[in-house]
Amino acid sequence: MNKSADASNYVSYLDYKGKHTGIWAWLLSTDHKRIGLMYLMGIIVFFTAGMTLGALLKTEMLTAGRTIMDPQTYNAVFTLHGIIMIFLVIIPGIPAAFGNFFLPIMIGAKDVSFPRLNLLSFWLYIIGGVLALSSLFLQGGPIDVGWSFYVPYAIRTNSNVSLALFAAFILGFSSILTGLNFVTTVHRLRAPGMTFFKMPLFIWALYSTAWIQVIATPVVGITIVLVILERMFGIGIFDPALGGDPILFQHLFWIYSHPAVYIMILPAMGVVSEIIPTFTKREIFGYKAIAYSSLSIAFIGYFVWAHHMFTSGMSDIARAVFSLFTFLVAIPSGVKVFNWVATMYKGSIDAKVPFLFVAMFIVLFSIGGLTGLVLGNLATDIHVHGTYFVVAHFHYVMFGGTVMILFAALHYWFPKMFGKMYNEKIAKFALVFIFIGFNTMYFTMFILGYQGMPRRYWDYLPEFHNLQFISAIGAFIMVTGFLILIFNLLHGLLKGPKAEQNPWGGVTLEWTVPSPPTIENFDEIPVIEHGPYHIYKEGQIK
Amino acid sequence: MSSNAELELTQNEMQEVEASHHEHTEHVHRDDFASKMGMWLFLLTELLLFGGLFILYMAYRFQYSHDFHIAAKELNVGVGTLNTIILLTSSLSMALSIIALQKGKKNLSINLLWSTVGLAGFFMVNKFFEWSAKFAHGLYPGSAHLLEKEKGEIIFYGMYFTMTGLHGLHVLIGMALILVVIYRIKSGTINADKYIVMENSGLYWHLVDLIWIFLFPLFYLIH
Repeated sequence: MNKSADASNYVSYLDYKGKHTGIWAWLLSTDHKRIGLMYLMGIIVFFTAGMTLGALLKTEMLTAGRTIMDPQTYNAVFTLHGIIMIFLVIIPGIPAAFGNFFLPIMIGAKDVSFPRLNLLSFWLYIIGGVLALSSLFLQGGPIDVGWSFYVPYAIRTNSNVSLALFAAFILGFSSILTGLNFVTTVHRLRAPGMTFFKMPLFIWALYSTAWIQVIATPVVGITIVLVILERMFGIGIFDPALGGDPILFQHLFWIYSHPAVYIMILPAMGVVSEIIPTFTKREIFGYKAIAYSSLSIAFIGYFVWAHHMFTSGMSDIARAVFSLFTFLVAIPSGVKVFNWVATMYKGSIDAKVPFLFVAMFIVLFSIGGLTGLVLGNLATDIHVHGTYFVVAHFHYVMFGGTVMILFAALHYWFPKMFGKMYNEKIAKFALVFIFIGFNTMYFTMFILGYQGMPRRYWDYLPEFHNLQFISAIGAFIMVTGFLILIFNLLHGLLKGPKAEQNPWGGVTLEWTVPSPPTIENFDEIPVIEHGPYHIYKEGQIK
Repeated sequence: MSSNAELELTQNEMQEVEASHHEHTEHVHRDDFASKMGMWLFLLTELLLFGGLFILYMAYRFQYSHDFHIAAKELNVGVGTLNTIILLTSSLSMALSIIALQKGKKNLSINLLWSTVGLAGFFMVNKFFEWSAKFAHGLYPGSAHLLEKEKGEIIFYGMYFTMTGLHGLHVLIGMALILVVIYRIKSGTINADKYIVMENSGLYWHLVDLIWIFLFPLFYLIH
């Protein structure tokens, strides 16, 4: 193993003294690792807030009629839950936290191409988050339009829609700047010898994601600006009373927001492609197929947006075309899943916590993906459109997909980021809680949706009571699991044993530097000769 | 907000070298190619920002072609043409100023930049009078006079004020950028060896110009 740091000279990025001191040494740091860590903290805080709101929603659904809140509060809570979870947790999620931390290290660079721009992105993220949350407390009341801001209601309601929209605009800016930073970094800062097809697959995923961020986000930016202008000046563009067309809003909104789900899931798939070779000690099966499938998901993902609008009013031809493209996206996703499973075949599987999260991901994401086909199909979509079925599908792919991999990445790279180790047994315990709670909660929602329970309703018919009750219990089990997980990590951070440089036997570049890495990452920029998982093929590591 | 961010963008690119100095004691990193690449990506996002508006324009033009036809006649083709000439000339002076700096003619370069800023200001003054005249005729979003008109005409003016307004905002940002460049040339941080910030500002300015090239025929010339 390459001991790159002289023990006497070694100063980790956590202890590094720059020109700022105290908290400013973090808040003004342009070091990609510190920025990544700050993002991670922000994301965990916002996730906890969003999860609390989600638990409140489920508590309300324990009984029909009023349980703990009135209908207007319910509207506000599900809106805020959506906005926080989407714009503040899963969109920045893996790319901003783990991407920032590991992208430069994994390509053998000392930082991203534009470190100061990176810091600006982080600040915009924080400002956007604060604005979004402050809309709760300001006059006009918390917004009640749902996270998708559909007009004309978003124009008519008196709640703080403009402020929340402005927050989303700023968050979009943050996302764009991160995206262009990553694209440039991947093009310009790869270590000597690291061609595109020698990059780790996580980098391929981040690269594809960064392109979506750059290309899709401006469209929602202008849409948001138009809704704000509509509310301020009545320009008429989305207002049917003045001749505008609300359906055009939906088109522009989903032109971004559908590719955005690939912003959310692609980086997670990249993490999976890292964790599986490490814990099976095998070279990834079909490296190029996985790399290309990231790009093709990013590309095809642009042409499917109107599958969110099958019931909004469109020509049959348009609907059929969008349905067809939606099915096409399933192909590269399927390629990935088969390649992952094929990698495990005959591998020497070491079922550590990160691997177990990945295994859980494959199960949950497959359920989410296959129910996605039900929704992509025109005839069946008409039946389940706007029901709990959609909510369950979405949570299976986004929560069961992205957030589970966020947890996996947290457990995989935790020793590298902090140089400490958590308790594996407790982590597995938390994982079991989460898995049981998750399926209890969301699988019942598939059934509820199929039976006709509409989403976003504050009340329900008596026949739905049993399943609603079971689903809510599942939510509480899951929250318990999450709390165990977080406390275990915090305990590991404060009191855990020191972690080795390479606890899992990983072979990508981040495992060749000390844990935690130095401020410069590498004393000497490595020269790359082989693909990232080549070493497993040679059988050099058992 | 957007103006700050855009300013920051180019500043970041130029201060990257300095930042590397602070954070990485040994590691001096300067990559003009990367800076330019970042700028092109940013310009792509700007195109897509306006792209959303162009899509809306197209959709409404099909839906309300007659009303758009009527409404467009109210616009002053003379002022629009003048503004087109002004912006094209300003792009020329911007391009020339970069060549001047590359050849070491610092004062000429600064003068050319001042003329770019001046022309941009001229453009905004024209725009101001143009908008004022519309307001005086009661043609602005939400006015009682406009609300009596056909729906397509309301949308036309909604699009007109939004798109020229957003473009005007970009002109102002561009002016601010060029002023920063002038200051930096004077202070010497932009010079004949190191002018990537200036080039990027120039690229931004050409984009502003280019968007106007599309706005002008869409609003003023198509009747």
